[in-house]
Amino acid sequence: MTNQASADVKARLSFLEAAWVIARRDFVAVLFSRAFLFFLVGPLFPVLVGGLAGAIGKTNSQQAVSVEIGIAMTAQDNAAMIAAATTLRPKLRGATPMLTEIDEARGNPDFDARAFMDARRGNYAAIVTGNLDAPKLVGTQRQVDRWSGPIELVAATAAGASPSRFPEAQSEVVTANAASERYSRVRTAQAAQMVLFLLTILLGGMVLSNLAEEKGNKIIEILAAALPMDAVFMGKLFAMLGVSFVGITVWGSLGWGFWAIAEDAIVTVTQTNYRDLPGPAVGWPLFVALGITYFSMAYLLLGSLFLTIGAMASSVREVQTMSMPVTMLQIMVFFLSAANIGATGTPLELTSVVFPLSSPFAMMARAALEETLWTHAVAIAWQGVAVIALVKGGSMLFRKRVMKSGGAGREKKSLFSRRAARVDRSAAEAVAEPAE
Amino acid sequence: MAVGDLEHASKRAETLARPETEPDNRPLAIEARGLVKSFDGTRAVDGVDLNVPEGAIYGVLGPNGAGKTTTLRMLLGIIDPDEGVRRVFGNDRPHDLSRLIGYLPEERGLYPAMKAVEAIAFMGALRGLTLAEGRKRGLELLERHDLGYAADRQIRQLSKGMAQTVQLLGTLVHQPRLVVLDEPFSGLDAINQGKLERMIRALSEEGVTVIFSTHVIHHAERLCEGVAIIAGGRVPYAGSVETARDRIPAQVRLETSARDGGWTAALPQDARREGNFFYFSLPETGVEPLLKSLIEGEAGILSLSIERAGLHDAFVAIAGEAAARQLEADAQSS
Repeated sequence: MTNQASADVKARLSFLEAAWVIARRDFVAVLFSRAFLFFLVGPLFPVLVGGLAGAIGKTNSQQAVSVEIGIAMTAQDNAAMIAAATTLRPKLRGATPMLTEIDEARGNPDFDARAFMDARRGNYAAIVTGNLDAPKLVGTQRQVDRWSGPIELVAATAAGASPSRFPEAQSEVVTANAASERYSRVRTAQAAQMVLFLLTILLGGMVLSNLAEEKGNKIIEILAAALPMDAVFMGKLFAMLGVSFVGITVWGSLGWGFWAIAEDAIVTVTQTNYRDLPGPAVGWPLFVALGITYFSMAYLLLGSLFLTIGAMASSVREVQTMSMPVTMLQIMVFFLSAANIGATGTPLELTSVVFPLSSPFAMMARAALEETLWTHAVAIAWQGVAVIALVKGGSMLFRKRVMKSGGAGREKKSLFSRRAARVDRSAAEAVAEPAE
Repeated sequence: MAVGDLEHASKRAETLARPETEPDNRPLAIEARGLVKSFDGTRAVDGVDLNVPEGAIYGVLGPNGAGKTTTLRMLLGIIDPDEGVRRVFGNDRPHDLSRLIGYLPEERGLYPAMKAVEAIAFMGALRGLTLAEGRKRGLELLERHDLGYAADRQIRQLSKGMAQTVQLLGTLVHQPRLVVLDEPFSGLDAINQGKLERMIRALSEEGVTVIFSTHVIHHAERLCEGVAIIAGGRVPYAGSVETARDRIPAQVRLETSARDGGWTAALPQDARREGNFFYFSLPETGVEPLLKSLIEGEAGILSLSIERAGLHDAFVAIAGEAAARQLEADAQSS
């Protein structure tokens, strides 16, 4: 083909076409691999084990940390106290202690409650002595602070000093007030940041070994010869992002299924009723959309760093070693974002918004707390620029540092031969004329 | 003495008297000027110049570590030179001509879980083919090379030679106008080497430019119209194989019945005598004046043979003994 003819045809793929060729191959290859199946199932085991451990732990802690208050009064006062507590419990629920008569104190006027507690006998949070008019609570400062009010109320009820019938209070429920809404949205922001962080770290790992494996398979040079390296990087990133969305969809569907089947158990184990999670400032639909966008950005940012590391490393083990600082950095930027939830506009919060790796997390929190939308448009554009810069930088580094296995790669091994060649060069130049 | 040898000797005398190369009017598929590439402060390639005409089979000949792969990578745009320019079909951005180029790297690589036909189609897709077209052509190519039965086998299930063939077919599936092969004969047995040689010749007959690197001289000698000899990152010679061989004078072996006489004065000063045999380089004046002197001096010529220098001799003379020794060692170990 002549030079003119070569100029007449579209002789290469566009950047997007090139990235698409790579993304399509990687997406299909990863999705239909056995490793991905294990990857999908993997996180479900810790959740299952965590749930079981949580349930067991909760039972154990309930058994280990008693909320029983021992009573060491006269037999008549003891009975009155227990009856009063029983009357109050339906009204005050957890605020009313469980009262138990101490066997050792029964009929023993010399019972020393302090010595009994010091001897670590029984399993009582505190001991009530004295009488109904002057109850005395013996226990640690924390227990005394916690239970003195309820015990006074129980004693007053037992002595007939409080009404025997409580008037029914009328109620009018409001969803939130300004203070509680702010506080509640902080919880939403924290939850969203945590989910974003966990997903990014969990799924980002897939990118890590991708290029290292391709180097192992010796494919990378074929790709580098055919396509611009930044298109290869971009294609791989988006393939992994697509695979991540598949993973999230699967986990989300399973989570939804578990929730539908065992909502009560989940609320009990996690001690959080997710139905009560307060609505974010931008509203749920936009919040979810922003969540997807910020996850994508966080993934692409972290992925581009991991991809560069993977490209530089020669084995998966080397990748893991080299990626440790990046993972640590990611944890640090997460903490930076998490520590500044609600501190909108402070220098540290602004830093976490501007620094590309922490920006998605910080902006996720803002979406929960602030109604302003234009900041999200700016942040997403900025994060996009950072992704492109990282991909360009990574691909440049790859071309500069990695593709040198020819002469340089063997140079150290064949130092002797190169020296010999240099010696011969002068002789050779005498024979050879300038190259044509 | 064979008539052919005499004719050649005469031609050589003519060659030496005129410019080394005939002007080649073919457009250049590859043109490189002063390519330099350093890694970690060491020059892997140090001022390489190359001209590869369209349709030629061109060899880059040198020992391991000489800079062949780095040179090819620069020509393809995989890495950029620190200095110098390279043009492929007149374009100094080789990636822009990706669809016209096929490349087989030295380190063969395919996705182990991919089926053979899919691997070929994927390599075609990298160069602009649709997957459907790539699969269709892939099947045709596999059939043509007696590998149709392996089309749906995973790469990991193929033998090394079959996998190499699949990769080569993937290099050619988009019908490139320039094929760059880095050590293509490495790892192939004699039968597959022969097949590859035939494939390269067939490509050239179709007008495809083929450039390949090798450290095996006889591949270059058999196939190439032009070679670049590379050693220590430099190219001390780039041109036709014929011209390279002509750099070294032909070697004459003369057997005479007479042992002495005035005719011995006509022999070159470097002539070496072993009994009735004389060995010497063919004088630049050619064979005819020598013959005339021998006949007139009644040397009694019993036999006379003139042997052209091979590419190996040319390589030794151009790149040096050490480079040639390494080249031989590399060839034996590959």
